[in-house]
Amino acid sequence: MATDITENEADEVGEINKYNFRTETTGVFKAKKGLDEEVVNQISDIKNEPDWMRQYRLESLKIFNERPMPKWGGAIDIDFQDIFYYLKPTAGQGKSWDDVPQEIKDTFEKLGIPEAERKFLSGVKAQFESEVIYGSLEEDLAKQGVLFTDTDTAVREHPEVLREYFGKIIPNNDNKFAALNSAVWSGGSFIYIPKGVHIEFPLQAYFRINAESMGQFERTLIIVDEGASVHYVEGCTAPMYSTESLHSAVVEVVVKRNARCRYTTIQNWANNIYNLVTKRAYAYGDATMEWVDGNLGSKLTMKYPAVHMMEPGARGEILSIAFSSAGQHQDAGAKLVHAAPNTTGQIVSKSISKNGGRSSYRGLVKVEPGAHNSKNSVVCDALILDPESRSDTYPYIEIAEQDVQIGHEASVSRIGEEQMFYLLSRGLSEQEASTMIVNGFIEPLVKELPMEYAVEMNRLIQLQMEGSVG
Amino acid sequence: MTHVLKIEDLHVSVGDKPILRGVNLTINHGETHALMGPNGSGKSTLGLAIMGHPGYTVTGGSITLDGEDVLEMGPDIRARKGIFMAFQRPMAIPGVKMADFLRHATTNVRRPDRKEGEELIPMREFRKELKEKMAHLKMDVEFARRYVNDGFSGGEMKRAEILQLAMLQPKFAILDETDSGLDADAVRLASESIADIGHQKMGLLIITHHDKLLEHNPPEFTHVMLGGRLVETGGKELAEELHEKGYERIRTAYPDADAVNQEMLAEEAAV
Repeated sequence: MATDITENEADEVGEINKYNFRTETTGVFKAKKGLDEEVVNQISDIKNEPDWMRQYRLESLKIFNERPMPKWGGAIDIDFQDIFYYLKPTAGQGKSWDDVPQEIKDTFEKLGIPEAERKFLSGVKAQFESEVIYGSLEEDLAKQGVLFTDTDTAVREHPEVLREYFGKIIPNNDNKFAALNSAVWSGGSFIYIPKGVHIEFPLQAYFRINAESMGQFERTLIIVDEGASVHYVEGCTAPMYSTESLHSAVVEVVVKRNARCRYTTIQNWANNIYNLVTKRAYAYGDATMEWVDGNLGSKLTMKYPAVHMMEPGARGEILSIAFSSAGQHQDAGAKLVHAAPNTTGQIVSKSISKNGGRSSYRGLVKVEPGAHNSKNSVVCDALILDPESRSDTYPYIEIAEQDVQIGHEASVSRIGEEQMFYLLSRGLSEQEASTMIVNGFIEPLVKELPMEYAVEMNRLIQLQMEGSVG
Repeated sequence: MTHVLKIEDLHVSVGDKPILRGVNLTINHGETHALMGPNGSGKSTLGLAIMGHPGYTVTGGSITLDGEDVLEMGPDIRARKGIFMAFQRPMAIPGVKMADFLRHATTNVRRPDRKEGEELIPMREFRKELKEKMAHLKMDVEFARRYVNDGFSGGEMKRAEILQLAMLQPKFAILDETDSGLDADAVRLASESIADIGHQKMGLLIITHHDKLLEHNPPEFTHVMLGGRLVETGGKELAEELHEKGYERIRTAYPDADAVNQEMLAEEAAV
């Protein structure tokens, strides 16, 4: 509870509060291990939340306790009572640079990430020197009526907007992990783009995402009002390191008529993490929602960004890439639901498996009754780098209308001996050649990324190929 | 120093099927050799074996470059030592831009001792040279931004191979039917380009059915392959004779080799 904060720690809270993004009420605190009503109440206390949110959390906890583990996805083996559900997000307490695993440090080094940023990304430091840049940027956005803040702050400062949408796209009874997130969520981004406003540059949460103890249960809500557009970029290619083994985010996106939203994530988790994320968007009349989703690292990732096309003319596009290596299972995919006529959906999914890694594409294409003249195409390509690795495709297709166009193409390839020989015969080493082939394979994703991410992504793939990352 | 690529009593199999049955060939730097022969005789096999294709097993004999054992080297090392092959059917590498690929290749071949992760040829320097060479080959600059051989027409592939030859500047180059699939104009452009790149600075082994390529690149030596062996060697008159009169005389003169050749061709057709 807030009263647990010692004088010394309280100073630290003051320190944090200078930082633009931090919620003022987020103190230095660590809940006890495990999950019960007491812990949920503590979280609500610390955040000084309105009663409706506290009740929502408690109700979600009940649902979480009642719900069975999801059947859709990979094998999960988690002791839910062996996890801290709320950790103090700041420097100094029990976490130091020395505790950060060497492989994570090496990766930072190789990615060329500056020292200060490394400490921030690994949760050792909450401060970051880019706050000035972000400060001025946010002023600019504010003038246009854009709301861009962390979700905790939004609960306090923009309750009317937030409450209208929070938990509406992904309700707390959606699945066990959505219920979990709804009970213990913390941090994440809140974005509201007013009618007709176009944000030309990508909004980035690069520096924000890890501020809340690595965003273990972050909650993101994006509303793009009629005729507006935004590109939101979350996460980064640096490894996200957490002492906890479970990451379970909820991301809700509302794209209103004629609006457009692109949500780009590249996540690279440390190898001990269960990464179980629910991401869903509702796209209304003639709106477009695009998910660009990259997943590396983690022990098991289950992530299926979804677009529900709610009104005629809506478009949903999902581009996803998964890279799995030893001891990892990337169970990634996408869901598209055609709930109205003349809607268009496209999924491009690519996976790479090496060193015994396992990648699965799990996708749902659903055409609901009345969704006439819907078009949908799914292309999934798997690249398997060695005989120990594995790739599976689980496409689920439910069609309730006749006059629709549905296409599904899947291909699995190994790095071809002929491709390899061709590159070797031009003086490239095996390492360079296979990296080049893999980079080519993921090019459709990389070219959709903002420049600095594209550069990091390529570098990261190179590290993955060298086997020097986890 | 004059470089020498020397092939002695070379035996090569694909799987358990023998293809080359004792090939002897010495190419000195600056020489142009034509390699001719009917289909199925093993011409491409010789090229691929020299380049180190993993599907071609050397079961006997030797290949040396300036006295060094080439068979000990992987294909990448062979390339870095200065051996090049323009392929009949080069592979597509989707997503990899020609320019990126060429910059890696050019750097590695020019700096054979380059370690993994060391700097490539500076971008400006590389771009300038690439642009010049592409202009020379009448290639659109856009070409460098396309993905390696991905969706290329037959002619574009062959020109891309010649561009690589021009950039990599090898000591020895094997051209495997670089003229096939090209129209007359493209063949002329290709053959002029090869001549232009300067076979005086290379040793050339030109595998061809046509005479156009040889017009601009007259061979000092012409070798005829039949049934996995070189049965005759002559000057450029031999190439001319074969162009005009075909392989009838050769088949009759070497009935044993011809029988092997027919057998190999039948097996190839059966696959």
